[in-house]
Amino acid sequence: MSVRIYVPIDSSALSLGAEAVARAIRHEAAVRDLAVDIVRNGSRGLFWLEPLVEVDTPQGRIAYGPMQAEDVRGLFDAGFLQGAEHSLCHGPTDRIPFLAGQERLTFARVGITDPLSLDDYLAHGGFDGLKRAIAMAPAEVVKEVTDSGLRGRGGAAFPTGIKWKTVHDTPAAQKYVACNADEGDSGTFSDRMLMEGDPYCLIEGMAIAGLAVGATQGYIYVRSEYPHAFRTLQAAVERARAAGWLGASVAGCGRAFDIDVRLGAGAYICGEETSMLESLEGKRGVVRAKPPLPAVSGLFGQPTVINNVMSLASVPVILARGAAFYRDYGLGRSRGTLPFQLAGNLRHTGLVEKAFGVTLRELLEDYGGGSFSGKPLRTAQVGGPLGAYVPASQFDVALDYEQYAAMGAMVGHGGIVAFDDTVDMAKMARHAMAFCVEESCGKCTPCRIGSVRGVEVIDRIIAGEERGRNIALLNSLCDTMLAGSLCAMGGMTPYPVQSALKHFPEDFGIDKTAAA
Amino acid sequence: MTKETPSAAGLAALIDARRELPGATLPMLHAIQDAYGYVPDEALPMIASALNLSRAEVQGVVSFYHHFRRTPPGRHIVQVCRAESCLAMGAEELEAQVKAKLGVDFHQTTTDGAVTLEPVYCLGNCACSPAMRVDDDILGRMNGRRFDTVLHALRQTEGASA
Repeated sequence: MSVRIYVPIDSSALSLGAEAVARAIRHEAAVRDLAVDIVRNGSRGLFWLEPLVEVDTPQGRIAYGPMQAEDVRGLFDAGFLQGAEHSLCHGPTDRIPFLAGQERLTFARVGITDPLSLDDYLAHGGFDGLKRAIAMAPAEVVKEVTDSGLRGRGGAAFPTGIKWKTVHDTPAAQKYVACNADEGDSGTFSDRMLMEGDPYCLIEGMAIAGLAVGATQGYIYVRSEYPHAFRTLQAAVERARAAGWLGASVAGCGRAFDIDVRLGAGAYICGEETSMLESLEGKRGVVRAKPPLPAVSGLFGQPTVINNVMSLASVPVILARGAAFYRDYGLGRSRGTLPFQLAGNLRHTGLVEKAFGVTLRELLEDYGGGSFSGKPLRTAQVGGPLGAYVPASQFDVALDYEQYAAMGAMVGHGGIVAFDDTVDMAKMARHAMAFCVEESCGKCTPCRIGSVRGVEVIDRIIAGEERGRNIALLNSLCDTMLAGSLCAMGGMTPYPVQSALKHFPEDFGIDKTAAA
Repeated sequence: MTKETPSAAGLAALIDARRELPGATLPMLHAIQDAYGYVPDEALPMIASALNLSRAEVQGVVSFYHHFRRTPPGRHIVQVCRAESCLAMGAEELEAQVKAKLGVDFHQTTTDGAVTLEPVYCLGNCACSPAMRVDDDILGRMNGRRFDTVLHALRQTEGASA
């Protein structure tokens, strides 16, 4: 009887040698004449243990990691096919504290199944949501999503159901579902993990959206920095179509929905929804002025649902288990769960899906295990390169859209990048402006010119030239960008800049007591 | 990764196969760059004519996106991530080491034509920072020593295929 072994095929696991590990296991098993069945799963999201290999035993899946090819022979000697003890063994995967404390709704299958196996997907509740949606009237599906309290997981947190309703209510011969998979924010990787680890979940969410609003064509816009995710999605779409889950009659319901996977081309701005539409239409990714809303006039001028990967991938569980099940997680107006991504200077980096309301301290210390360097954590940037730097004094605020907004920060896409006390915050503020110079689409002046001036002013502050006057100038410039930019690129670049200045004035050469 | 030399027939075939796609410009440009390593000048009027656009419009699209190259790159592309998570884990030191080892700055190619070095903002490998990409392989927890091993392996495959 062959032993089933799981070796992740996730980009991050591959980036640490998972392919060589899989080869070594296959080789060692052949040499010893042992039958093994190697499944290439997604990542469980415990990246400090990757490559994390699991062995299926009568006691459940036993975890070994971080494993390198040269460890494989010793593991066979130790009897790892029977789940034996070893210095790399972490016992049953499900009982590793990092994983045991999570509330995985969107990520329920990621790392568990073979990403491209439709049988696996169906055996783990896949397409239950779509089947239920098919049996419902489109307006009821929209209502279910509205009632779940799901808000846009890409960062803007707009209620998903309301967006869907606008598209549903706008008559048109052709409507679209456009999935924003241009996950360009530093510190975020949940979209990538899901696309590589459970692509049918995204396909199912898009099909539900299509049936709900009356769209027959979907596009997934994947960034070119994600070659593995792109290939996995292409393969998954082909298989789903061949099995009748996509195409002229979705699951035999008589209504059509199909998906085309498109590749971006290294422009951060194309993560902005209207810029993404321009890019899908084959143009420069220049931001559009709103109105009209894309829900009324979007892709090729037609009503378009634009949702982030995480929003769409949360839809199947909402339809399968009902709006109330999802809404019971979270607090206030932030309902459900968010897959937080722990990155940067942490011992335990990875994916933590938790209900809203968890604090940064819990994530950084309980899950993250403190800094990787062993030095004190000084700050964390939450919500990507346009998110604020949160100082340690605010680590106990509950992660909730409203509470974060109230302190001038944002939850965004749930990316968290931790920094130890060696970080120079003036340099990070300059980096934020320089990034905006590099990535601005150039349409509006506050963003295009403001970011260039921002770098210059910060350089003068760092050099100590007329510090007081230049700080006033920087704050005024930030106000202009915040209020006058067309989209979040220029409009939110001030978040990291001003939070750095406010909480860490000493790094800008300012007396802390004088700055506030 | 030796690429073919662009030919009018080859370009026409790549363009024709995609002319019916809605929003075909990016798919065409990707197909061309995948085949030749860059987007040659002669491709622009051909795309423009296939999509009923002006040549300036196509030029505008190509120049907007960081991904598209207008000149042939080295045989391998090495990217070093400069985004926040990698910065928190020593990306600046890695960048300096990589530049020194290759003897080139960003957007330059080594004299033997083997490697083109480029910056990148985030590879989605933030839990394993600092990250790099070599052709289509993403690499995590990089340092100068690990880069030496990668570079050595690259040069060996080059030696084997030459």
